[in-house]
Amino acid sequence: MTRDLSRPILIAVSALLAAMIVLPVGWLLVVSLTNKEGGATLGNFVALFTDPTFVDPLITTLIIACSVSVICCLVAAPLGWLVARTDMPLARTVRTLVMASLVTPPFVGAIAWEMLAAPNSGLLNQLWRLMSGMPSDEALFDIYSLTGLIFVISCYTFPYVFILVANALDRMPGELEDASSMLGAKTWQTARRITVPLALPTLLAGALVAFLQALNLFGSPAILAIPAGFHTLTTRIWSLFQFPPKPELAAAASVPLLVLTILLLRAQAMALGRRGYAVLGGKYGAPRSIRLGWLRGPAVALALFVLAMPLFLPYAALFNSAFSRVASRIVTPETITLHNVRFTFLELSSTMPALKNTFLLATASATLGALLALLIAYIVARKAVRGHRVLAFLATAPLAIPGIVLGVGLFLAYTRPPLALYGTLWILLIAFVTIELPAAYQQLGSAFHAVHPELEEAGRMLGATRLRTLADITAPLLRSAVIATWCFIFVATIRELSAAVILFTSETKVLSVLIFDLKESGDVGAIAVLSLSMVAITTIVIAAANRLHARPQMRPAT
Amino acid sequence: MTRKLTRRHVLAASAAAGAGAFITPVRGAPPETQKITPALIEAAKKEGKLSWYTSVDLALGEKVASAFEAKYPGVKVKVERSGAERNYQRIGQEYQNKIYNCDVVNSSDAAHLIVWKRANMLAPFVPEEVAQHFPAAHKDPDGMFASWRITLSPIAYNTKLVKAEEAPKSYADLVDPKWMGKIVKAHPGYSGTIMTATQQLSRDLGWAWFEKLAKLKVMQVQSATEPPKKLAQGERALMADGGEYVVEELKTRGEPVEIVYPTEGTPLITGPSAIMVRAPNPNASRLFHAWSMTREAQQLNIDVGALRSAHAQARDRADMKKFSDIKTLREEPGVVADQADALKAQYLKIFKV
Repeated sequence: MTRDLSRPILIAVSALLAAMIVLPVGWLLVVSLTNKEGGATLGNFVALFTDPTFVDPLITTLIIACSVSVICCLVAAPLGWLVARTDMPLARTVRTLVMASLVTPPFVGAIAWEMLAAPNSGLLNQLWRLMSGMPSDEALFDIYSLTGLIFVISCYTFPYVFILVANALDRMPGELEDASSMLGAKTWQTARRITVPLALPTLLAGALVAFLQALNLFGSPAILAIPAGFHTLTTRIWSLFQFPPKPELAAAASVPLLVLTILLLRAQAMALGRRGYAVLGGKYGAPRSIRLGWLRGPAVALALFVLAMPLFLPYAALFNSAFSRVASRIVTPETITLHNVRFTFLELSSTMPALKNTFLLATASATLGALLALLIAYIVARKAVRGHRVLAFLATAPLAIPGIVLGVGLFLAYTRPPLALYGTLWILLIAFVTIELPAAYQQLGSAFHAVHPELEEAGRMLGATRLRTLADITAPLLRSAVIATWCFIFVATIRELSAAVILFTSETKVLSVLIFDLKESGDVGAIAVLSLSMVAITTIVIAAANRLHARPQMRPAT
Repeated sequence: MTRKLTRRHVLAASAAAGAGAFITPVRGAPPETQKITPALIEAAKKEGKLSWYTSVDLALGEKVASAFEAKYPGVKVKVERSGAERNYQRIGQEYQNKIYNCDVVNSSDAAHLIVWKRANMLAPFVPEEVAQHFPAAHKDPDGMFASWRITLSPIAYNTKLVKAEEAPKSYADLVDPKWMGKIVKAHPGYSGTIMTATQQLSRDLGWAWFEKLAKLKVMQVQSATEPPKKLAQGERALMADGGEYVVEELKTRGEPVEIVYPTEGTPLITGPSAIMVRAPNPNASRLFHAWSMTREAQQLNIDVGALRSAHAQARDRADMKKFSDIKTLREEPGVVADQADALKAQYLKIFKV
């Protein structure tokens, strides 16, 4: 009989989570309650709530998060419905493209939108002036504004809501709708009385995700808000690390975010927890597809118009400036230049090390993160150890911590013995795994809910250890979810900027930080080349992972 | 991070060392002058690489690195370009954590070198040409650093958006309400050039001038190398500050930008270089530092980079206004070293970012 190793492993995972999350957060809290001389104080919080240079960004951030949340739902819900439940042409393509837009790091999107909609040099504004004959200082769009920032954040946040909504609508049993129409309800009535209520919890969850994304985002505000002359909470926190660093204030500034997020997560759990929304049983009919009739054309036009915002327009701008000497001019066959490509790959000495670090870190974080999330999701879903709720909480907790603050926490935790990891790739690895853990855990957690414990119980009854059951029964069933999670972490790591910007050193620079550095000195040509390369790498890796994903169907199940 | 090296700590530790002067007290006989010898070149090649932290415009930084690599094949230079204030923060953070990545450092905020010297973070090294051809004002008496580059932070405008006769002639002209929404400027929390310029301008024009400027909905960017680029793109018509050399470089490439040296005087920005005391590649560092101060390298800075030079034999570019003809504001790195925090706080109060 093989020894059941599950308990020691479970203990190890708990300890690891504690080290990853409790340590940095603990240091943050300690530091937020410490004054410069090292004594205990509430002074940092007093300073925080009386100083307009903190209160203004806090209000701004809340305005942004609420607006983004509402806009994302307004855009994602109809689009998700069109894609999942109607006969709109190109539905699959639209879905794939919305997912693809997630590959774009938000800060790259913000830079691209700067090229498009900067009030004077923006390509869209130039086009508008050309067509309307307006003078050179009139602008149609001003991206350097609160509205501009909200717009750009929404562009790269609504895909999250879209995916949630579309997937929920996919899974919704057709029978309920069939019943409704059999009882004489019209198509729209069914949609209103059955589909919308069933999708509402998901939409609520989507709104929350969008809210949290907008709350914690650093890159886009850093690129658009500062030129516009205002701070959000994250950029203000970041500015506290300019010389001389004020970690105690930064730590204090992150506490309201932490509390707010925990409250929101609780509210979500309560909203969703009351009612049973178990719609995944595998025995329902396929969801009904609604005939749009003459609306098919307008519907697909709308979908493509929405996709132009995060995808077509920004990438057109990036390609333009990659091959142009000045980003504000449209490339023509006469002016096209490889200057930026040459500069980026042959002259810029940071390119290759950054590419290498990024690739290494993304692969390692994805692998480690997916494994860890799988273990935690298992423990929690199967209530495998006492106190599994604590694990669930810990795995979700990083959601509440802005990347930049987590960066600070990790910095505080790992610049002292016994684990002086600062300056190595390890600290970045820990940061990335920690940041992506909540999403990975949630993905795998919900995947676990879809697998009935019966199957595992059968395995256990037949004498297999818990680990063996996990490896032989659960893991294969979760294969696609695990691969999806791996891809998700891979992409997210490549995009990550806010923690990396605190934790990098010159030897551990990653692509996102390099792009951010280039942004600060306005080298947009090189940024465009690097961003496009980054997206190309990500796409290739995801395509490869999806091939892996498709394979098991080709061989007989064992 | 609470144990971080701060300017204040450093100042407290060296309170006896009279602050306020560029020339820090002489600690002993300056170290011997060093030539570029075959032995040094060999030793540098054995190390094979060095890491150069600089805030000079990236394209120029990489050109300088390439020129060095061409001259001494086998020694690779990794250019770590970021804003001087950012590099300063990073080096402090790295040294605090015993991470020694930086070999040679160049900052556009001369105050940094003073602080580093006081904290014993620099290695003494006097390249031959510094000893022979650099004026006393541009080299440290203890041989810790010397001015690798000099530039100015002038006003500039986009010639397609502003006619030459309408362009501001002075800082007083610049705060005219007619420039509302048309000005771009860089940030002293990021850029050493702007930190230095902010100290000079707040001293000579007063903060009231900045308050007037802030009312004009100024576009705030980070690096002093960015306002000229925003100008060239036509995103803004005027720049309130930024590197003269970047404007010149864009002008050379045919972009529609023109410099104005304000009648009140133009902020003078000295960018000294030094070797770090814990440089991981000490010989490569010495070779690079020594080479970067040669007439040849300094002339390259001028010809390719449109910088100014402290080297007595370097010649101004024909297409640039002669350095000696420009009225410059007085540079006080010692004061910047003492007041940097206050300057940044005041700036945040006025510009909100």
